Amino acid sequence: MPNFTMRVFRGDPAGGDFKEYRVESGVGMVVLDVIHRIQATQAPDLACRWNCKAGKCGSCSAEINGRPRLMCMTRMDIFKEGEPISVAPIRTFPIIRDLVTDVSYNYEKAKQVPPLRLRPPDADGKYRMMQEDIERGQEFHKCIECFLCQDVCHVIRDHDLKKRFSGPRFFIKIAGLEMHPLDTRDRTEFMDEQAGVGLCNITKCCTEVCPEHIHITDNGIIPLKERMADNFDPIVLVVRKLRGHKKASS
Amino acid sequence: MATVEYETHEHDVLIIGAGGAGLRAAIEAAAQGVSVGLVCKSLLGKAHTVMAEGGIAAALGNVYPEDNWQVHFRDTMRGGKMLNNWRMAQLHAQESPERVLELERYGALFDRTKDGLILQRDFGGHRYARLAHVGDRTGLEMIRTLQYHAIHQPIDVYMECKIERLIKDGDRVCGAFGYWRNTGKFVLFKAKAIVLASGGIGKAWKFTSNSWEYTGDGQSLAYWAGADLIDMEFVQFHPTGMVWPPSVHGILVTEGVRGDGGTLKNTAGERFMFNYIPEFFKGETADSQEEADRWYQDKKNNRRTPDLLPRDEVARAINSEVKAGRGTPHGGVFLDIASRRPADYIRKRLPSMYHQFKELAGVDITKEPMEVGPTCHYVMGGVRVDADSTAATVPGLFAAGEVAGGLHGSNRLGGNSLGDLLVFGRRAGLHAALYCKNLGGRLTVDAGQVESIARTMLEPFARSGGENPYAIQSELQETMHNLVGIIRVEAELKEALKKLEVFKQRAAKVRVEGGRVYNPGWHTALDLVSLLTVAECCALAALERKESRGGHTREDHPYTDDTWGTVNLVARQQGDRVDLRREPLPQMPPELRALFQERK
Repeated sequence: MPNFTMRVFRGDPAGGDFKEYRVESGVGMVVLDVIHRIQATQAPDLACRWNCKAGKCGSCSAEINGRPRLMCMTRMDIFKEGEPISVAPIRTFPIIRDLVTDVSYNYEKAKQVPPLRLRPPDADGKYRMMQEDIERGQEFHKCIECFLCQDVCHVIRDHDLKKRFSGPRFFIKIAGLEMHPLDTRDRTEFMDEQAGVGLCNITKCCTEVCPEHIHITDNGIIPLKERMADNFDPIVLVVRKLRGHKKASS
Repeated sequence: MATVEYETHEHDVLIIGAGGAGLRAAIEAAAQGVSVGLVCKSLLGKAHTVMAEGGIAAALGNVYPEDNWQVHFRDTMRGGKMLNNWRMAQLHAQESPERVLELERYGALFDRTKDGLILQRDFGGHRYARLAHVGDRTGLEMIRTLQYHAIHQPIDVYMECKIERLIKDGDRVCGAFGYWRNTGKFVLFKAKAIVLASGGIGKAWKFTSNSWEYTGDGQSLAYWAGADLIDMEFVQFHPTGMVWPPSVHGILVTEGVRGDGGTLKNTAGERFMFNYIPEFFKGETADSQEEADRWYQDKKNNRRTPDLLPRDEVARAINSEVKAGRGTPHGGVFLDIASRRPADYIRKRLPSMYHQFKELAGVDITKEPMEVGPTCHYVMGGVRVDADSTAATVPGLFAAGEVAGGLHGSNRLGGNSLGDLLVFGRRAGLHAALYCKNLGGRLTVDAGQVESIARTMLEPFARSGGENPYAIQSELQETMHNLVGIIRVEAELKEALKKLEVFKQRAAKVRVEGGRVYNPGWHTALDLVSLLTVAECCALAALERKESRGGHTREDHPYTDDTWGTVNLVARQQGDRVDLRREPLPQMPPELRALFQERK
């Protein structure tokens, strides 16, 4: 079995450093397996989050060799033997301990998103939606809330505009609601004033790191920006009023 | 000794666990106007529900108008080999359609029929295509929908908080004591009613589809508080888990693969399930490949493929094939959808499976068969509850979802878990709230009780010598896998019980390194106590039940025995030992019994 040198960040809010562990790797192992092996044999108090170990829960986000990834979906055989592999916590959020960070910002932002406001059902009491009308929404619903997109977003990471910016995760949440065939709510003001959609300058870093391969920028953020532009355009507003539309392109 | 420090929160209803059942309970309790606290061991939205793949069984009748709650009820009872609590099975079948429609009103986007209604898919043991689903990530859709609905309700959510013990005032529960994983500090919740919604026990086995959280916490909390557990011998091994590479052994492969046309084959290329159709299901199962394949399109004139027999049957069949030397080199069998359905269809219907095999095993499931084998998946047994109210046998305590026993009898049908969470989660929230409203007098939390729990929790830090908790946990998993696994026998069960005794003594001496802040070593040491408790209940009940039924197969008692078909095994704490009793199964009324005479 090949041996690997893992450089794992150990520390807390007061500071910390990378610590080296020599680990034997097995066939098909992923980084999370190696972290568990270190826990079981060398550092029982090494802190990390994980749940499903199958890329479905989005708990084990980390920066592996500097790249934001899920530890459970990163196979060891993509690395060259002999080269040390660094595992660090996602940097944008305050550290709690070792690989665990305080992601409560995301839960605060989640609460701010105005929820679905349902239209009345059809005459027979049922709701009907066509498959082609929900496919985009279903794409956004694939989000596992790993917050890697939030981690890598410049507005949050480098400019720390957390107060007036919800971040890509919540832009696709909003987009999912805006494109929901049964929704009747207008979120234009919220998108502009609280979510800060305008602050995104479309560098697509979020899309690049998404483990679910959601087209965050192209399918989510850009349509939101267009919708906002439309909704602030006085001519479009007048036309829509005359036609009785409540929302843009819904 | 110094006084133990802890913070205190107070609620009418405290819900332990924030998967589907806990979230649905919280939403319902909040709607009743009582104060609600929701505690979760992980971050919100990460609970095990997120891993459910195939769908929610509900007789909506969107695909087959012939479907109704009676058919669903009958399928559920037969799948559970008639050991189910009939009233729970009835409520579940009656109420799950409304619970699914409610999720849609909360914003869930299920896959659609051509008419724009909720599409339903085939699954094992269900007569009609019945599972509302979103590709193969239905659990994610469900938990996210409930989560985003719940955060706009008056519910206080306590994340990464683990409850260690329930507190009682006389006979009644009056609180729960635990710690924050982030800080290691203690926390007391005072509550008039407590709903357990904490999931299963699968982490007691080596190869499991369950996450680290599934350590039998709720079953143990109830048991230590004096409540009854039932049917703990019945553990479901899902027939299809990944077997290769070793690091992913046990990860779930949805039954939806077979629901959408996949078939099981041995290394000779034989569709072996045709050799394993039990007498009990002969009438409703296709006996030729042609009929089985026609059934996917025409259910009126053909019987169901044996690939979709209930999970216990399929898991045993795979086990037998491998034992007979017809398994793959990695100890599984083949699950083939590549040769049976177009690649586009597979990617559309089973996107997570496609992704999972591609990334973790380097297998393209649209081109090659998967290698699969049984993996520990679900415990049918659990806290004994009243069917209508979900009340446990201790006043003020309620339980819903996997932590509760009864609904699934000796074997759960796929798709019946998500419905269970919604139907009984709602009932738990409702009845816990009603209980609070009717409760007279005051409840008092005894500080002495709390302090003694806290001191016990801190002991592992103070010990010199002693073992690493991970080592004991891993030996326990090995033992349960080898001796209390899919096929059981008296001598091995007795050996398992002996080993469990030794593990208990070793666990009482574990030592933990480091501090209290986010220390997984400490968390593992604490979880070990509940894991050992449920493992013992399971092994004891498995030794006692001298027959084979559903998720309990005895090599030395290979047949189903009618006299055992009328009793539940009930486990209760008696000092430091388990008191195991046989109690009569509730008998269903004649009008429901008649449903089983109509058609074989």
